[in-house]
Amino acid sequence: MLMISPKMASGMQEKQYTPSLLSFFIYNPTFGPREGEEEKKILFYHPSDVEKNEKIRNVGLCEAIVQFTRTFCPTKPAKSLHTQKNRQFFFEPEENFWMVMVVRNPMIEKPNKDGKPPTVEYQEEEMLDTVYGAVVRQCYSMYKLFNGTFSRAMQAGGVELLMQKLEKFFYRYLQTLHLQSCDLLDVFGGISFFPLDKMTYLKIQSFVNRVEESLSLIKYTAFLYNDQLIWSGLEQDDMRILYKYLTTSLFPRHSEPELAGRDSPMRPEVAGNLLHYGRFLTGPTNLKDPEAKFRFPKIFVSAEDGYEELHLIVYKAMSAAACFMISASVELTREFCEQLDSLVGPQLTLLASDICEQFTINRRISGPEKEPQFKFIYFNHMNLAEKSTIHMRKTASVCLTSVHPDLMKILGDINCDFARVDEDEEIIVKAMTDYWVVGKKSDQRELYVILNQKNANLIEVNEEVKRLCATQFNNIFFLD
Amino acid sequence: MAEEHYLELSENPVQFEHASSVNNVFFDEANKQVFAVRSGGATGVVVKGPDDKSSVAFRMDDKGEVKCIKFSIGNKILAVQRTSKSVDFINFIPDYPHTEFSQECKTKNASILGFCWTNWNEVVFITDQGIEFYQVFPDKRSLKLLKSQSINVNWYQYCPETAVILLSTTVQGNILQPFAFRNGTMSKMSKFEIELPVVPKPAKLSLSERDIAMATIYGQLYVMYLKHHSRTANSPSAEVVLYHLSREGSCKKSHVLKLNTTGKFALNIVDNLVVVHHQSSQTSLIFDIKLKEPDCALNIHQPVLPARSIHPYRIPLSGPAAVPSQPPVPCQLYSSSWSVFQPDIIISASEGYLWYLQVKLPPTVNLLQDKGKLMDFLLRRRECKMVILSVCSQILEVGEKGSLPVVATVFDKLNQVYKDYLEAEQSYTQAMESGPSRGSAAQKRPVRTQAVIDQSDMYTHVLSSFTERKGVSHKFIIAVLMEYIRSLNQFQITVQHYLYELVIKTLVQHNLFYMLHQFLQYHVLSDSKPLVSSNQELILRRRVCGSVDAPHLPLSPSRARLPRRAGYVHRFSVSLLNCVLSGVFAAVSGEHVPTRTPAVPGHAEASVHGQRRDHRGSAVEAAGSGCAQIHPQRRWPRQRVCAEVPGRGAADRRPDAVLHGV
Repeated sequence: MLMISPKMASGMQEKQYTPSLLSFFIYNPTFGPREGEEEKKILFYHPSDVEKNEKIRNVGLCEAIVQFTRTFCPTKPAKSLHTQKNRQFFFEPEENFWMVMVVRNPMIEKPNKDGKPPTVEYQEEEMLDTVYGAVVRQCYSMYKLFNGTFSRAMQAGGVELLMQKLEKFFYRYLQTLHLQSCDLLDVFGGISFFPLDKMTYLKIQSFVNRVEESLSLIKYTAFLYNDQLIWSGLEQDDMRILYKYLTTSLFPRHSEPELAGRDSPMRPEVAGNLLHYGRFLTGPTNLKDPEAKFRFPKIFVSAEDGYEELHLIVYKAMSAAACFMISASVELTREFCEQLDSLVGPQLTLLASDICEQFTINRRISGPEKEPQFKFIYFNHMNLAEKSTIHMRKTASVCLTSVHPDLMKILGDINCDFARVDEDEEIIVKAMTDYWVVGKKSDQRELYVILNQKNANLIEVNEEVKRLCATQFNNIFFLD
Repeated sequence: MAEEHYLELSENPVQFEHASSVNNVFFDEANKQVFAVRSGGATGVVVKGPDDKSSVAFRMDDKGEVKCIKFSIGNKILAVQRTSKSVDFINFIPDYPHTEFSQECKTKNASILGFCWTNWNEVVFITDQGIEFYQVFPDKRSLKLLKSQSINVNWYQYCPETAVILLSTTVQGNILQPFAFRNGTMSKMSKFEIELPVVPKPAKLSLSERDIAMATIYGQLYVMYLKHHSRTANSPSAEVVLYHLSREGSCKKSHVLKLNTTGKFALNIVDNLVVVHHQSSQTSLIFDIKLKEPDCALNIHQPVLPARSIHPYRIPLSGPAAVPSQPPVPCQLYSSSWSVFQPDIIISASEGYLWYLQVKLPPTVNLLQDKGKLMDFLLRRRECKMVILSVCSQILEVGEKGSLPVVATVFDKLNQVYKDYLEAEQSYTQAMESGPSRGSAAQKRPVRTQAVIDQSDMYTHVLSSFTERKGVSHKFIIAVLMEYIRSLNQFQITVQHYLYELVIKTLVQHNLFYMLHQFLQYHVLSDSKPLVSSNQELILRRRVCGSVDAPHLPLSPSRARLPRRAGYVHRFSVSLLNCVLSGVFAAVSGEHVPTRTPAVPGHAEASVHGQRRDHRGSAVEAAGSGCAQIHPQRRWPRQRVCAEVPGRGAADRRPDAVLHGV
């Protein structure tokens, strides 16, 4: 499946192709060590209609590359293989389990005169290892969030169960990968936090504590507003992947009916409840429905002794969403859901309007002059806080950026440079198109700014970034 | 069963010779003195007051049966009424002639119902035809009529605190006419009518003196009317109706206390509570007129607590006959020989005792299940502090499902009072600072009542022991602490650092670093004091520069602004830093999301620069020493931190003493 970029390049019939997924497979070399049993190694292969021998060949090739490169550096196995047409990414999430993603390089198709077949120019340098390496790791994390580790499935039901799980999960998940729009944010895998005043924040705390106290089944709670995180009872790494799931998959799926307006037939029945706007995003859509099933998705999070399995209840009222996590060993009943609905619904509705009110007040105080005219990406490795004015709101299908992919590539490059050294530094790049790109790394924080100022010199750009830091990040400590 | 008697008689009653055929006993409400008059005074008059100073013994000539006897204020002049026409006076001022002098009432054919002293030398006669207000000249042994007023009087009541006399007029007696006295003036207040349950035909006196009492409740004068039930008027039980008597304006019916029973009652006022004694059931009820009943129409009150009897009282045997082994005799409570006086006096003339009625707060805790209401009740009582704190501990101890909203309600109620006090204090300070030139009527410094429960009280008596108790889930501990912080924030009260430390300590103990991080991120554990945010900077700098003090950074002006507090500023900084450092180091940084809230940068220096002593007591320059001490230890060097700053005043050290002492 080729994705055609909406942007047609200068030449009349010149066609540009963005990176796309060629194949994705998972194997374990220890499962078929003998000759003739190679197929047993393969746990999952996409696309599935590839001929068996080719699958075996490709897996074998990867195995060989990894094995071969290991001789040079036993501790750091190969991460990627660059070829003219595509690029392969290797990842070993659990011992002997390998995930491989093959991505076709972006290319430009130039038509030739005289009916000759068009020349294809592969842009093998346009892709960043860090970005797609992060995508593979994210694939695994997402699998693990919903299924636990590979070895868990092995213990529970052997290879067969694992293969079933992989098939079931990745068949759908791979369709949601949008490789053409992967960028620096995938590398960070950050969390966007909702800016909030202390009092409202404490009110949310109080709400969370009260709910957890009266519904003692609830083990962890996370609270989001406007798809931005406010509170997480989960550990950081678990929250990171759950946040990714919520904001890129669950919320976008449910936002469309909401946007459709009150009387639209698209909007699900609000369960005849006029007292509050609360509803379940996971589990039953209508509590009143006698047929309603009280099944919730299960997730796996790290615990003191390995991992624990939890029911994930996502409950939303207006823009506020609360995720309640309950041990999977408990069976959730209609009574519980009704209790939760009646307890959380009204409070969450109230809280949501409170937050909204506070937010508008804050916005008014800070004034329009402080509205970001800058395009920037900020990320903090410590708390995974990210903020981007480059990216439009994420939707289920695409993640739109407001800048040219070339500039995003520069950001990625700067990030790679930062990753190489441990020290704080600042990199200023003059891009081809009158843009200046500034990268700043201070301790655990990274800031990338894109400035569009014709004829600006280095000093002016530097001043401009300082000004930005003073207005937008006045409470964040940057080393100069 | 737990102690349930919430009323008790004072332990040290005033004892006097009990009433008998030869000994008449009188009580003066104004001076709270009991007069025991033996044989008309010839064999002695013994006056016992609330304290020994006001006790006097003397003799006077027996000139007939004494009807009423009272000292003027300060025991200056004694007034004795023996006939219905005149009152006799005896000087008790040294160097003044002691011979009695007499004053007849001015109105002809009137008979004196009684008299009241309104000052040391001002007396009011109440006759059946009006009142006469006199000034007494002890040196001239004469009286001068200041003012008089003609009015038919059935009976009268006197409230000494406010110097208001209430007269019952008209045939039915239910039109009440109050008069107020102050510095030689008598002013007539507007009269009002008491609604009788039944209007008798033909008209006859229907409002008895026994059913009316006057008392001040929450600083306001009320006339209390004991409205008995009547079969015809369709009122199933008796009630007490309170009329608010204001100096200006009319008297309004303001509160109704439902007694839910019938029979004989008596009223007392204790600690602004209306106590209603019920003789037949031998129990008492209490009412708080400020306690709003949610399910009742405005100002109709039900008893705060279920009816209970006064705590059993034993009379210790005294006198030469007393044998130590002999047990004290139980006193008969609610005896028919009891007389009840306002506000809180109970006299048993036959046994010779005067008690003050008292409210015991601890038993109320278990009788009132609604903790919010209980708090409202307790916060208005005088000796409430320890009881309130114990209630707080108790709520946290139970820790049962759904107690968090209760905890929140209680905190909010406490902090409302706390905030009111802080505001009053602040406006007082401002008024003082702006100088007396502008100051109008000198503002009074707000009184800190026991109901003001501040953060250090909560910390010392409730929270610190609560967080250390075994078997309480850390979730609940954090929830409670956050609830308290939320409540303080809601009332815009600056949160004290030791509360933050408690939160941090609890989080760190349970490895909840991510939570801690989020709290820091949203300024929940900062903002109130710049020094807290300085810690985040500190940690940062520690990470970045490898040393806490980062000498290349400029000194902050905040240091100059905080000279007095600098001591604990850096102590706190160091100890909070330690909390965070002990293991958290990698996980925590003082990070804020790019919100638009203004931050307080650059306070770190205040806490690290400057003179400090190391634990051996020698003065060292702070540069680097703070971190050198903390870092290798990676533990909680509590005593050390405390000992680091010697030479602070005790008052200055108090918050830390609290902190580190426990």
